[in-house]
Amino acid sequence: MKSGRFWAWVVFALGAAYFFIPLIATVEFSMRMRRGVYSFDAYEVVLGDPRFQATFGYSVLAAIFTIILGVLIVVPTAYWIRLRLPQLRPVVEFITLLPLVIPAIVIVFGYIRMYGSNSPLPFLASDTGTNALLVIGYATLALPYMYRAVDTGLRTIDVRTLTEAAQILGAGWCTIIARVILPNVLIAVLSGAFLTFAIVLGEFTMASLLNRPAFGPYLQNIGANRAYEPAALAIIAFAITWACMSLIQILSRFAPRSANRPN
Amino acid sequence: MAEPFLSIQHVRKSFGATTVVQDFNLDVEPGEFVSFLGPSGCGKTTVLRMVAGFEEPSAGKIVVAGKDITRLKPNQRNVGMVFQAYALFPNLTVAQNIGFGLKVAGMPKADADRRVAEMLDLIKLPQMGDRYPYQLSGGQQQRIALARAIAPKPKLLLLDEPLSALDAKVRVSLREEIRSIQKRLGITTIFVTHDQEEALSISDRIAVMYGGKAEQVGTPFEIYNRPATKFVANFVGTLNVLEGTVTDAASGKVRVNSQEVSLQGKLNGSKSGDTLSLALRPEAISLGRHPGRDSSLSGEITEVHFLGSVIRVRVGIGGSTVSLDTFNSPAAPPPAVGEKAEISFSSGDMLVLH
Repeated sequence: MKSGRFWAWVVFALGAAYFFIPLIATVEFSMRMRRGVYSFDAYEVVLGDPRFQATFGYSVLAAIFTIILGVLIVVPTAYWIRLRLPQLRPVVEFITLLPLVIPAIVIVFGYIRMYGSNSPLPFLASDTGTNALLVIGYATLALPYMYRAVDTGLRTIDVRTLTEAAQILGAGWCTIIARVILPNVLIAVLSGAFLTFAIVLGEFTMASLLNRPAFGPYLQNIGANRAYEPAALAIIAFAITWACMSLIQILSRFAPRSANRPN
Repeated sequence: MAEPFLSIQHVRKSFGATTVVQDFNLDVEPGEFVSFLGPSGCGKTTVLRMVAGFEEPSAGKIVVAGKDITRLKPNQRNVGMVFQAYALFPNLTVAQNIGFGLKVAGMPKADADRRVAEMLDLIKLPQMGDRYPYQLSGGQQQRIALARAIAPKPKLLLLDEPLSALDAKVRVSLREEIRSIQKRLGITTIFVTHDQEEALSISDRIAVMYGGKAEQVGTPFEIYNRPATKFVANFVGTLNVLEGTVTDAASGKVRVNSQEVSLQGKLNGSKSGDTLSLALRPEAISLGRHPGRDSSLSGEITEVHFLGSVIRVRVGIGGSTVSLDTFNSPAAPPPAVGEKAEISFSSGDMLVLH
């Protein structure tokens, strides 16, 4: 028993070392910008760079629109699949997995062919159109995560009975989704939203090929031309992702407990 | 005769090639409490769901207060429903749950709050308005579900096995509470259950269902004492079934295990030589001869179970076993297994099953 516990700790220590040593090394390297002493110079340079602020702001805005679009598409779809078309679930799951298989570059070239300035739908002819296409592309990339998060949330509630209970009380579809279903899967939606946020923040291919001033291309550009700043940026990006994950954990504590299963 | 409040006319429901409800007819009077009783898969819940609007009948129509509601959506029917699994909205407080239908209907907040308080008083949970469903027991949750269903003053109340998920004690108290609230409000109610005791104890009428059809519709007294079919007789209550042969159709003589009983007027067209299934409720049988009981059969005691206030005795008569209950008397010892015994009954209590 004691020996088992010892080896468990050894495995845990090895795993922690595998995870933390590169992180600590990156932090340490990012603080060596000033010769001979540790400093936060690299962080000051990065955070003071107007391009950082502009690209970060752009990506945050794109992430917010992506999340809204994702929620509008995924919540009603996942709900309807659970309620009325459960036989289609494997098909929809497969479709939502496609963005993991099809490279983003393929989507972008598809965009250029479909929505180029000479096409009947010249989205790419204007900045607004290109931004809209970028958001739609991001929503596609985030689909596997958003769909799974929402579907898992829906699994924890009795969708059919809650829907019927609301219907018999006079509620229409919009009221049911807005007042009954969405609040009960809110934590799952937020999980999907934060994952989407993290994906959008680091995405490079689409933003770069569509020539958008996003955070991903900025990260790449800094990484290719500077020494200490990329390490600082990596740590900043890491901190943002961790903050998102922590928020998911905190919010999940407030999840409404299901009352649909008899005691 | 007065116009029925709810009229289910020649309703049929098929799922693909399977017909789960066939030619179902029922008229329910205003304020009546009618139970659908039957085993799993008999179609009782499907009929209820068609009345609620969750399933569309393949044929037939459903009329409420003179209006054909067959094709109306559930949210257009003004019907209240309580589900087996409570179905309270977990994200809303008790008061918000009860007020949900009122808010959807656009009732002013002050009126809605008053109505919610009224409902909380009605179900005797006036202090629970701020709680969430997960903070309540199963019985309390089901009472909230009942309050939520009746808060918008529906024309019809549908109860889909609302007591099945509760423990025995809560079940009894809640069913009495449901009945008392229903009587007080005078709301027409359909109650689905597979528990015969529940149906017998609180219904004005019972529709016993089997194989998608109503086998018999009648008062609890009629259903129990005058079952119309073999299924109803077997399903409702405990029944002793004996095989008999008609020896003299004209005088109603039937031989049961070489002993003759008289069933004049009950043979319903049977001829001499026909074999019949005869049934007797345990409470219609006495151990030994008793005045007023005109028929008797002899056998041997095969089992004796002492249950406190009653003693359950099984008597073997030929190839059949008859079960009966006798009151415990401290002055007399219980009968012993192997003893010869005579059972007596009134031939009027014997049912001929068709």
